Amino acid sequence: MDMNEIKEIFFQECEEQLAELESGLLKLNDGDRDPETVNAVFRAVHSIKGGAGAFGLDDLVSFAHVFETTLDCVRSNKLEPTQDVLKVMLKSADVLADLTNAARDGGSVDEARSRTLIRELEALANGETPAAAEAPAPKPAAAAPKAAAPAPVVEKPAVNDEGFQPIPFSFGDFDDEPAAHYVPTCQVLFKPKKDLYAKGNEAVLLLRDVSRLGDMSVYCDMDALPTLDKMNPEEAYFSWKISVTTEKGEDGVRSVFEFAEWDCDLDIRTIEEDVVSEAADDEELPMQPVPFDLSILDDGGSVAAEDEPAIIESDAAAAIAAAETASKVAQVTSRAADNAKAAAAASAASAAQANQAAAAGQTIRVDLDRVDRLINLVGELVINQAMLSQSVVENDSNGTSSINMGLEELQQLTREIQDSVMAIRAQPVKPVFQRMARTVREIADITGKSVRLITEGENTEVDKTVIDKLAEPLTHMIRNAVDHGLEMPEKREALGKNPEGTVRLTAKHRSGRIVIELADDGAGINREKVRQKAIDNDLIAADANLSDEEIDNLIFHAGFSTADKVSDLSGRGVGMDVVKRSIQALGGRISISSKPGQGSVFTMSLPLTLAVLDGMVVTVAGQTLVVPLTAIVETLQPEASAIHSFGASQRLISIRNSFCPLVDVGRILNFRNIQANPMDGVALLVESEGGGQRALMVDAIQGQRQVVIKSLEANYTHVPGIAAATILGDGRVALILDVDAVVAASRGHSLRQDISLAATG
Amino acid sequence: MTYAGKNIMHGRELIAFRIADQEFCVNVMSVREIRGWTPATPMPHAPSYVLGMINLRGAVLPIVDMSQRLGMKPAEPTVRHVIIVAQVGPKVVGLLVDSVSDILTVTDENIQPTPDIANEAEKGYARGILAIEGRMICLIELDSLFPHTESEAA
Repeated sequence: MDMNEIKEIFFQECEEQLAELESGLLKLNDGDRDPETVNAVFRAVHSIKGGAGAFGLDDLVSFAHVFETTLDCVRSNKLEPTQDVLKVMLKSADVLADLTNAARDGGSVDEARSRTLIRELEALANGETPAAAEAPAPKPAAAAPKAAAPAPVVEKPAVNDEGFQPIPFSFGDFDDEPAAHYVPTCQVLFKPKKDLYAKGNEAVLLLRDVSRLGDMSVYCDMDALPTLDKMNPEEAYFSWKISVTTEKGEDGVRSVFEFAEWDCDLDIRTIEEDVVSEAADDEELPMQPVPFDLSILDDGGSVAAEDEPAIIESDAAAAIAAAETASKVAQVTSRAADNAKAAAAASAASAAQANQAAAAGQTIRVDLDRVDRLINLVGELVINQAMLSQSVVENDSNGTSSINMGLEELQQLTREIQDSVMAIRAQPVKPVFQRMARTVREIADITGKSVRLITEGENTEVDKTVIDKLAEPLTHMIRNAVDHGLEMPEKREALGKNPEGTVRLTAKHRSGRIVIELADDGAGINREKVRQKAIDNDLIAADANLSDEEIDNLIFHAGFSTADKVSDLSGRGVGMDVVKRSIQALGGRISISSKPGQGSVFTMSLPLTLAVLDGMVVTVAGQTLVVPLTAIVETLQPEASAIHSFGASQRLISIRNSFCPLVDVGRILNFRNIQANPMDGVALLVESEGGGQRALMVDAIQGQRQVVIKSLEANYTHVPGIAAATILGDGRVALILDVDAVVAASRGHSLRQDISLAATG
Repeated sequence: MTYAGKNIMHGRELIAFRIADQEFCVNVMSVREIRGWTPATPMPHAPSYVLGMINLRGAVLPIVDMSQRLGMKPAEPTVRHVIIVAQVGPKVVGLLVDSVSDILTVTDENIQPTPDIANEAEKGYARGILAIEGRMICLIELDSLFPHTESEAA
């Protein structure tokens, strides 16, 4: 693994941490006061800082550090996380994301913005709250010791083996802080968890670092140590009570444990001189003082390899000694034994809990290319299996042979494998939705509007490729919604609405597709304006009779904008054609419904995956076509009495007393010139998004099948009326019908004949 | 001629093929494989020289009737016809021809400019003419026959 790969992993982790950070801050913003949320937020910034330090990303480190300091105030209840505080923090999270991106891609960052935020964060940490005044020394001093103590990560020899050059970072800004004048004594209760050792941390080394801070005395608490036969060698049983007198104070001691903090119970408090002795003799905790051999800590430099066995040996010896002591204690005082048991039980329980949590969230990071290759292979497998089935059916006269049974099982297995492989790429839409939170904040800031983003169903899962392509159109639409959909707060108030506008982003599964809805409670589409604009742009005739729905849909036309002047952000309509195209490219549909004064709702319906599709295989004019099953409402055999002519060439079919236009698929795709007799075929009743029902006439239905979608665009071009291609059991190519385009064509929009000579190129 | 005798720097290899009684050739570097004719699935709204799509190991490949594309009468494909799978820009296209006749190694001096008599259509794709052993072979530039266009579904 080279340096770049390590760095890439760091950036991937950063992405996760940033998402964690943002969601945590949003939770806090919603009134969540769970300390674990605060911790999670702190941890996220802390991890980014730690990694960035190791890679020498100074800008990122210094910003993260200031951010972390402020978050620490929140964590220690010195700063109340009010809306205003969180606003600064959310902005800081954005800047942190920018800095991370800049560090990865080499882009630039808005330095003025980050400087402003650094000042704001420092102000928050330093004294704008009454709580901070009570603790004057620790906060400013916090930075200095952290800077002085090299980050443990940098020290790890394992990292050096990778040819890694640690880059020290400094915080010049903090160096001029006055040192504390009195020498405080810290009482530390340090109880490592199993994870601490699992991650390669060593309690002895931590204690050594503490010993370097000043005069130290250590007591090892071994009450939790079980008897030898009950001892799990991978568990952590020891805890230490340390009292250290150091100029670096509480924060200095804390910085020693900086990278182990999450894997141990740590209680650090500064005590007055006269309390020290009392605390040392504290009898509340049943303690078995064991003289601690500090000499093994005095190797002064890096951990020499030959020291390791010595440490282990002494540990082991101590463990045995402790075990004996513990059992003696158990005989003598039952109280102590009970305590020890309780402690052991508690630690076992917490360990079990931790294990469970780890098992639930166990993941591996896989290159998407590998998954794609797997999915392609499974696609081939599905086709092959279909081919095999077909040839067996053709050649096997008695359909009960064992081959047939085996094939059926193979079919089931293939289907299961396919589902499982697809599930690998399925991911919740959460990350995209979270990104939208930022977009909303930014646009709200620029436009001076007050906006609340509500997300629902963010755990709805969809294929990764779909998620990736969703971000861009969604960002665009969110911008539109805030910039143009919502009114200014004053206007809203005048209209009797909540001055704070609401944008609601919802995801849900509906009949094998994912439906994403973006609703705002703004002014809705100004139909008069849209209509006028369309007339001005020669999109419609001045006297055209359009339904409200048709007017709303005009905004999807290319180059259409209702904004009087195109703002920096967007115009509602500017690029909505692009949004529509990118949704269509995903095999999706988008529709809009708007109520004047109440807002607009954009509804996107997308396939869960871009790789397979459940389809109805039909015959049209001698050709085999696949109609996506999701579009089909029902199939019916038309009867002569149900067919009615309408005007010159239209024909309607009556279905339960309503009339539905008949569309000859063969005709509309130019496969034949004259309309087929509806009585000879089958009608597929389809429903298009926002387009009403149509009865598609096909010659015959072959059956229902799952097909693997193959791109036509890869080697050919987009074909109007055709969504994609697939490969059938006999190895031939079949086309997948684009139902929406066919329905639109039947409404008068012709399928454009725009395939030129160049199209095949 | 020994292999070493070839002028590697200036020579290029061409694949010659036959359509009706004429011979054409394309650069061998753009040819991916040669396979037999299989029935293609017709495409709606396609120009008449696009015969349809075939399955090339899981990818969907358009088949172009070279005879029609070059302005001659439509081919009537049989099992004896041949599909030259060629890379044109980012896309792969199958060219239906009567048969593959030769692999030629030529230098630039062997290529004569297209004569003036050619009309614009032929000038558009012909890059020159080769005279080899009494045969006349027209060199085709596939890039100009199938210019790249940006896919609409961007």
